[in-house]
Amino acid sequence: MIGFATRRLLQAMVVMLVVALLAFTMFRFVGDPINQMVGIETSIEEREALRERLGLNDPIPVQFARFVTQAAQFDFGTSYQFRQPVSELFAKRIPATLELSFTSALFALVVGIPMGIYAGLNRESAISKLFLSVSLVGISLPTFFIGILLIFLFSVTLQWLPSFGRGEVVQVGSWWTTGFLTASGLKALILPSITLGLYQMTLIMRLIRAEMLEVIRTDYIKFARARGLPDRLVHFRHALKNTLVPVITITGLQLGAIIAFATITETVFQWPGMGLMFLQAVQNVDIPIMSAYLLLTAFLFVAINFIVDILYFLIDPRLRVGRP
Amino acid sequence: MNVLDIKDLKVEFPGRKSVFVAVNGVDMSVEAGKILGVVGESGAGKSTVGNAVIGLLQEPGHIAGGEIFLHGKRIDQLPYKEKRLLRGRKIGMIFQDPLTSLDPLQTVESQLVETIRTHLPLSGKDAQKRAIELIDAVGIPNPEERIKQYPHQFSGGMRQRVVIALALCAEPELVIADEPTTALDVSIQAQILELMKKLCAERNVAMLVITHDMGVIADITDHVAVMYHGDLVEFGETTQVLGAPKHPYTQSLISAVPRPDIRVERFPVVNYIEEAGTPQKQIDISTHWLGKSRDYEKVTGPLVQIKDLDMRFETRGSIFPSRRKYFQAVKKVSFDIQEGETFGLVGESGSGKSTIARLITGLYHPTGGSILFGKTELTSLKNRKDVLTMRRQMQMIFQDPYSSLNARLRVRDIIAEPIKFHRLASSNSEVRQIVDDLLDHVGLGAAAGQKFPHEFSGGQRQRISIARALATRPRFLICDEPTSALDVSIQAQILNLLKDLQEELGLTMLFISHDLAVIRQMCNRIGVMRHGELCEVSDCDQLFEAPQHPYTRELLELMPSMELLSRANLESA
Repeated sequence: MIGFATRRLLQAMVVMLVVALLAFTMFRFVGDPINQMVGIETSIEEREALRERLGLNDPIPVQFARFVTQAAQFDFGTSYQFRQPVSELFAKRIPATLELSFTSALFALVVGIPMGIYAGLNRESAISKLFLSVSLVGISLPTFFIGILLIFLFSVTLQWLPSFGRGEVVQVGSWWTTGFLTASGLKALILPSITLGLYQMTLIMRLIRAEMLEVIRTDYIKFARARGLPDRLVHFRHALKNTLVPVITITGLQLGAIIAFATITETVFQWPGMGLMFLQAVQNVDIPIMSAYLLLTAFLFVAINFIVDILYFLIDPRLRVGRP
Repeated sequence: MNVLDIKDLKVEFPGRKSVFVAVNGVDMSVEAGKILGVVGESGAGKSTVGNAVIGLLQEPGHIAGGEIFLHGKRIDQLPYKEKRLLRGRKIGMIFQDPLTSLDPLQTVESQLVETIRTHLPLSGKDAQKRAIELIDAVGIPNPEERIKQYPHQFSGGMRQRVVIALALCAEPELVIADEPTTALDVSIQAQILELMKKLCAERNVAMLVITHDMGVIADITDHVAVMYHGDLVEFGETTQVLGAPKHPYTQSLISAVPRPDIRVERFPVVNYIEEAGTPQKQIDISTHWLGKSRDYEKVTGPLVQIKDLDMRFETRGSIFPSRRKYFQAVKKVSFDIQEGETFGLVGESGSGKSTIARLITGLYHPTGGSILFGKTELTSLKNRKDVLTMRRQMQMIFQDPYSSLNARLRVRDIIAEPIKFHRLASSNSEVRQIVDDLLDHVGLGAAAGQKFPHEFSGGQRQRISIARALATRPRFLICDEPTSALDVSIQAQILNLLKDLQEELGLTMLFISHDLAVIRQMCNRIGVMRHGELCEVSDCDQLFEAPQHPYTRELLELMPSMELLSRANLESA
């Protein structure tokens, strides 16, 4: 187990280095960073001096090493647009994105898993068929469209929920701001998290359903029934647990996707998170933000994957002992 | 008094167009402490009887008529909840495949305890104590430690013991065992049957054993019910039914069972057995393509010579050679196969017999030793052309007729593929003609070429595999358990077909099987394998009459005795 974890950790580090290389190349090749930083009236000598001071004349491997070292300490340089350290900008935005992602993941799991179990156990019932057809809508409609639809219905027509922003936020600790503690903050969360989580919810539901159908047919479920175990034990202790391994994989990856690709939802709802900031950075060629976003996303995915791999061990005893 | 009484049981599976009657008016009964065997081939409805008794019929199947009594109390009409309470409490069940019938994510203990506590009002502690006693009773050493383990930490035979312990959790009065030993090796089968017999007598349990295996029936049952297409054709005491069968189906079924004690030239082909394919159009081998250009270089001495063959697989890779782990599948094996003979390899699962087949055909590369085919050393062939020439001369027939044929190709294309690949025919129309002839010759008929593999039964598919193997005009045929997935009557036909083909074409065969009885019918000489080593090579008759190696003797003793079985049809055949 420890050997496995170390091997995975090493692999994760290699992935991060490759991503860092990509992020680094962005600096080098997407425009001249000096041009982005200084005005038109700066003389060539001054530009050269700045170049020297920023270390842009050093050999590329040296620059890369410096980039990685700084990135490892959360130092991603200064934003061209805002003239502020990128890490501070992210720190301000991260709580919004994480709260939104967390809520929508929770929504996807809490609604998706029971629906999946129900549809797996009662595949012929009318409700299961309804779930399936509705979920088809969830999968086939693009996120921004669902968002706009929800805004139109609940904000414009019914005027129940706000159409943009986080509502009132409360400062917790030195830098975290939360919308969980105010009524308007919670209200503002509803529409965006449904928009963001709908796709994952249908995915989880369909996955659990398919896995359930598979597991229900296995011999050990038949044998559990033949031993006279009550349905509750058969379904939840034996069947559900055996469906979990693939479900955890997908859920883990989807959680990464929710955090990383909240961009569209954040744009539709003007949610002040990282995604919105990233989009603005792209429009203004703000490379430090873009490269930091790239690294952060990659880090999230790698970290989640690592956790998922470790979870396998906890669920499946067959992996715990070494292969024969 | 009878524990189980089944009266005029009828089970139906309504389909889209018609109703399929799986069990059609069956009567049987079993007393406490006795074992009733239900025997029949696939589709006979024998498992359906078991499922109907325990109330686990697959939807939309249902009991359409008749009555089932447990200790005189009618149980077939009980509501779902009460039926569930019978399961495990009054009726225990044992399934075929011990590898899949336990939940892989729960310890043996938790599965036992949950079952015990479902049925008996015991505290967690007492239930645990009882679980340990049960594990001890089914003969698993170190019950206190073993019980904490997960199913994958047990071997197949041990898992079947766990399954039996689970079935006995609440002291049921009736145990239904559906093919309890089919997935097990002979030696394990003997132990499990012994255990079942013992438990049945000690605990005074009535047992219903469902099997296709006449050996199991002869070995442990007191009474036997023979089923055919949903009908009960014969029911009576085992010695009576097997020794002097009355019904023609029972007679033909018994005559199709391969015996380790007598060798027959051909299995009698009997009515009642379907798809008894006989060549529809005989080919004159001397003039036909199939018999022509068999101008292989003549060999003096054996056709295949295997010397000190070694094969090991890496089971744990590491960059440090000292930390790598290997599994030695084949250890220093040497034997010869003469031109025109059938050489048998027999052994239990994991003995390395299939690995040898794969080594000869070049699917694996050996880690040591040599394989000489004629005058060619196969292990050092580099040139692709030479490899192809060799491959054309040897063909393989696999065990599983379901996965060894490409489901997306028509049968005609499956058989034409090797002919085209090796460029053995001059034109497409000739290929077509050859394929038709081959299909005729293996008893399927040329029309079969239009269809896809899924339209055929297991036995017919195995005929397709044989036709495909013949399509390269091989001189050496490797059959890896070619009939172990088939019913006995179908097996008899396939074995007949292989014998005929060998005689006509002068094929040399390597015949691999775990079944000594089948080996005896097919082979001239036999090699016995165990743990990758070849224990003994001797002539067929000598091996059975006077085995030299202790392991061979052990294997022969473990075989279920077939002496009960009637010989009526054999002598006439």
